[in-house]
Amino acid sequence: MAAPFDLNDDSVVVIVGSGAGGGTLGTDLALKGVKVVMLEAGARHNMEDFVNNEWESFAQLAWTDMRTTSGSWRVHKNFPNLPAWIVKSVGGSSVHWAGASLRFQEHEFKTRTTYGDLDGANLLDWPITLKELEPYYARAEDRMGVTRTNGIPGLPGNNNFKVFEAGAKKIGYKEVSTGRMAINSEARNDRGSCQQIGFCFQGCKSGAKWSTLIAEIPRGEETGNLEVRPQCMVVKIEHDASGKASGVVYVDKDGKMQRQKARIVAVAGNSIESPRLLLNSASNMFPDGLANSSGQVGRNYMRHMTGSVYGVFEKPVHMYRGTTMAGIVRDEAGFDTKRGFVGGYEMETLSLGVPFMAAFLDPGGWGRSFTSAMDGYVNMAGMWLVGEDMAQETNRVTLNTEVKDKHGMPVANVHFDDHPNDVAMRNHAYAQGAAIYEAVGATRTLPTPPYPSTHNLGTNRMSEKPRDGVVNKHGQTHDIPNLFVSDGSQFTSGGAENPTLTIVALAIRQAEFIAAEMGKGTI
Amino acid sequence: MTTLIDRRGPSRRALLAGIGAAGALMVSGAAVLNPREAWGLEVSALKPETMRTLIVMARDVYPHDRVPDRFYAVAMKPYEADAAKDPALKALVEEGVITLDTLAKARYGVPYADVGWEDQRVALLREIEGGAFFEKVRSGLVVGLYNQEDVWPIFGYEGSSADKGGYIDRGFDDIAWL
Repeated sequence: MAAPFDLNDDSVVVIVGSGAGGGTLGTDLALKGVKVVMLEAGARHNMEDFVNNEWESFAQLAWTDMRTTSGSWRVHKNFPNLPAWIVKSVGGSSVHWAGASLRFQEHEFKTRTTYGDLDGANLLDWPITLKELEPYYARAEDRMGVTRTNGIPGLPGNNNFKVFEAGAKKIGYKEVSTGRMAINSEARNDRGSCQQIGFCFQGCKSGAKWSTLIAEIPRGEETGNLEVRPQCMVVKIEHDASGKASGVVYVDKDGKMQRQKARIVAVAGNSIESPRLLLNSASNMFPDGLANSSGQVGRNYMRHMTGSVYGVFEKPVHMYRGTTMAGIVRDEAGFDTKRGFVGGYEMETLSLGVPFMAAFLDPGGWGRSFTSAMDGYVNMAGMWLVGEDMAQETNRVTLNTEVKDKHGMPVANVHFDDHPNDVAMRNHAYAQGAAIYEAVGATRTLPTPPYPSTHNLGTNRMSEKPRDGVVNKHGQTHDIPNLFVSDGSQFTSGGAENPTLTIVALAIRQAEFIAAEMGKGTI
Repeated sequence: MTTLIDRRGPSRRALLAGIGAAGALMVSGAAVLNPREAWGLEVSALKPETMRTLIVMARDVYPHDRVPDRFYAVAMKPYEADAAKDPALKALVEEGVITLDTLAKARYGVPYADVGWEDQRVALLREIEGGAFFEKVRSGLVVGLYNQEDVWPIFGYEGSSADKGGYIDRGFDDIAWL
């Protein structure tokens, strides 16, 4: 078991968050012999504790601490205090994710160059290329056990996939499969194969799905170099007189304030909490928050262009049976401005149970239009649309100083407006999604608005030049050499792809960099 | 105070007294009764007429013809306990029903729950749509109605699956009509 480290041990790396980014980084550092204290705001639930019930599971896992919203996005109207559907638990949102593991495309690292100076957008090329990230993608795919890589077979298609596949092929799509999923299609790495339970979003009860909770953190803990402290909410990062990070202040599970000293601090609290923590750590030396000399902390918030399409058929589908998201059409993922927008999108199978379908089908809706759709539930097939949205400076996480959490810290406000490109892409995707289902006999298709964000990105973005972003190509903040960002908030652009694989690849790469720099004594 | 829905059904006297009222829901003493489905729901914090109106309104907001009244009653039942603890909520609900009844009487001469046709009642709901009372009832129903495990089979949803071994041997790919 992990040796507990002393609060005054200033040789440890402190990682804030235990999700895909933090959990992977901490495990890799521990495996390299680096001492790590991982502070996780949520509790530790094991896979046998997960619940196959949407609302009960939401209460167990979701981040429901107060947040506020603003802007013209519909989430602000329907879910004003739930901008994001992400997790507060050891393992973070890797407990909740559906498993889709896609590499970014080459041009998605160069959006400014490829898309040009789009009006109203704040596009920027990443300081790294696909080529530089490829070896890390390969390592991430191997350790996560991504299907259709490393000789791992694809998952079998469930009913929802079969409808989706038949319709997609009928309208001429070619790249249709059960996708690249970090869900075991056969036993691998001490984890069994998928039992087609469904409820992938509620935490996998068979362990077939990769998460840092079951697949990474325990390996790190076995080394004795990783200590995970659950129910520890970091409220502030501190620095010394030279401006270097010196430790963090957190509230422990008993509500007591603690101070953990650190040699290095890595922030991996997802794209809402990470900028919030940097902003809440403002000091006399850094009055605008830590690592914020560019003024970009919290800006360029991206959430992917999303939406869903459900099709109702004459006969039963039982879409909820089996893997939630093992189905993809990639034909629309590329860059082709003939469609009237830049960037691309993926179409992925998705199902919700009756409780969440009622909550998300048409939030605020009522009457027979709504209920007749619900009456068609068992005959429904569903897909999620996920595409690249455009970074905008005004889409932004800020501190809401009017509203404080129970520790007295200002909560995050999430402001979002769609860019016209996002709207054009969504409309295209809705029409294509409907066409897929209509091709196989849907009697009704329903476009569903974006859910609270599951992909939160970009609020501490990577940049070549310090004035354009918050971190360099290693996730190291431009301003403070021993302060890192290790989650999706590093993303300079969002790509069309589900972000987890890229977060993990970046974390593996960052662990290598941090260990090497520590060895050289530069940090 | 008993606020459980029980299946004892109404007394013969209550049945006689209630026959002729619109719909299957009637008020007897401090209870809302549904003789057809053989259940009763006692209230004390809220007026029984108010609870009856809430149940009728619940169906009008989310009408599912294959879902019996008792699921709507179960969804509305928490308002009784909440109203007992929360005077502001109690006022919101009681005054909301008064407003709805006033609109109904002005147009049809009877309280909301006695307006004969769904379309007529829905037209009244359109007038209060978006208001605090309507939103409270509607948003509460999203969880209160659709999160009842017993209602799921009516929609063809099978609920928890890990305890049954998932669907790997239970039809995850059994679609035959494609």
